[in-house]
Amino acid sequence: MIITRSLTKRFGSFLAVDQVSLDVREGDRYGFLGPNGSGKTTVIRMLLGLVYATSGQIEVLGQPMPASGPQVLAQVGSLVEGPSAYRHLSGRANLVLIDAAGPGGGRRSRRTRIEEALDRVGLAGIDNRAVAKYSLGMRQRLGLAAALLRAPRLLILDEPANGLDPRGIREMRDLMTALNQAGTTIFLSSHQLTEVEQLCTRVGIIDRGRLILQEDLAALQAPTGRIVVRSTDPGRVAAALDGQVQHRDGDLLIVAAPDPAALNARLVAAGIPVDELRPERRSLEDLVLSLTSAGADRVDRPAGPAAAAGSEPEDGASSGPEAGPGEATAADLTEGGSR
Amino acid sequence: MIRVELVKLARRPRNWVSLALLCGLPVLVAVFVAVTHLAPPPGQGPALLSDVLSSGSLYPAAALAIVLPVFLPIAVAVIGGDSIAGEAGSGMLRYLLARPVGRARLLTAKLVAVMAYVLTAVVLVAVTSYVTGILLFGSQPVAASPGGVTAPNIAATSLSGSGITPAELLLRILGAVAFIAVSMLGVGAIALFLSTVTDSSLGAALGALAALITSQVLVTLNSASAIAPYMPTRYWLAWLDFFRDPILWRNIDRGLAVQAVYVAVFLAAAWAHFATKDIAS
Repeated sequence: MIITRSLTKRFGSFLAVDQVSLDVREGDRYGFLGPNGSGKTTVIRMLLGLVYATSGQIEVLGQPMPASGPQVLAQVGSLVEGPSAYRHLSGRANLVLIDAAGPGGGRRSRRTRIEEALDRVGLAGIDNRAVAKYSLGMRQRLGLAAALLRAPRLLILDEPANGLDPRGIREMRDLMTALNQAGTTIFLSSHQLTEVEQLCTRVGIIDRGRLILQEDLAALQAPTGRIVVRSTDPGRVAAALDGQVQHRDGDLLIVAAPDPAALNARLVAAGIPVDELRPERRSLEDLVLSLTSAGADRVDRPAGPAAAAGSEPEDGASSGPEAGPGEATAADLTEGGSR
Repeated sequence: MIRVELVKLARRPRNWVSLALLCGLPVLVAVFVAVTHLAPPPGQGPALLSDVLSSGSLYPAAALAIVLPVFLPIAVAVIGGDSIAGEAGSGMLRYLLARPVGRARLLTAKLVAVMAYVLTAVVLVAVTSYVTGILLFGSQPVAASPGGVTAPNIAATSLSGSGITPAELLLRILGAVAFIAVSMLGVGAIALFLSTVTDSSLGAALGALAALITSQVLVTLNSASAIAPYMPTRYWLAWLDFFRDPILWRNIDRGLAVQAVYVAVFLAAAWAHFATKDIAS
């Protein structure tokens, strides 16, 4: 659905996006992650033909962008950097204008389309208040309704859960899942990693303009080969499993063992109480934090002789285990995991 | 898309307020003149105003002369400056382009909307001031100009002093309306271009006004007389020549030619810039 090859964007001397090669397949729910200022929005803008690439190719729905923009974008719904609306008009009036501006979609069915979209996002009952009086959550829903007007094959959403309360986020997730099951491919960027974890089937992680990982979520979250054990008597666990315990934190132990069932049997046979026992999996948060640098919204003092004592050694592509150029694979990541 | 833009234009309360102000100023002036019967002497104050006391049907021309120097250009610069920059500022530009609306189509629709506003404004001013003029000054006064001939079918006197029939006057007013509309289109084109350059509609409007003020200054400056004929405001008042007998076409033609060049150049620049621009708003 979306393929980019060595996509690069330079703003003056600033390299915003560097050789990004995305591959979003039909039916994916693709989570696009990265710190603030890492180039997510610029990539999304290039996919939509708003920003022109410096070099590299983009294919959306099998056609080159931005050359085939008119045909491609008619089948794409989008939400970029927050919702917008004509603030002095009502939500419905906004949807009428947006619907009328685009190609396709007859005038007679406009009303039905708009009511359907409002229904889907949970705004069916809105009155004629001007959008200026909407809450951020309502505006977010309205923006999503605009994206859904033409029953798109592909949804490109930048931070769709922004401004929604927990219930609203849950509703959005259910809506995305339902749309996806009906055949819509979903490409979304988000900071909310738990959201992505619960919704997405595939993730791409971008940092300082480079795509550093693109993988199925299931592969990323495969067991690490270690087991988490919680016991009221951690001392006896450590004694019984001498040498296999890699980490101990209060009543929580991390044990290097291949088979949870066998470990459990062994502990129970030794008469040790086991409160919890599960295979360790990397959380998306660990993964993202280990792979990415601080966001561009954090500006540290340059490390000089005076500042060196207090500054964190977090900068520089050469520090840390993630320094390998280009894309890392799931296998690289899972073996070096630390808690 | 053109219809969408016209709907947007019409549903903006601000635009109606600006039209009301444009029509209101000449009415205010007319009331003062009618109450006091103190028109500025010929050659001073707004053009034609001194003739109005003698003939209310000439008031549309006087009204246009009142709004032309400041009010009308400001209104047009605001609308033109808002066209693209306003969409960028409200964040709707990215959604319109991703709809998708082609960039050339959007620009064309915006231009048509600016043209529609200009025409509405000029025609509304002419119509309301005609009504005001007839109500306050009457339509069949005595033509009392030097050399003017008093006759029943003479509705007004031209600037040259000879009489003009009502039908001819209507034609001349229409000509003046058209000329002013074209002049304002030049302002609109400059504002539209600036509107593609910046994301601030205020900046674009002020930029267009700055261009006009610069032009006014240079036109009056003797040492800049070499370039004065090419300034956008140089022939703005040439439509007064519609009210001479016979009509002096020389400056009218030049004015139209200058505006045509400005419109063509700035629209081309607007298109070239907008079509290749990264939309980062």
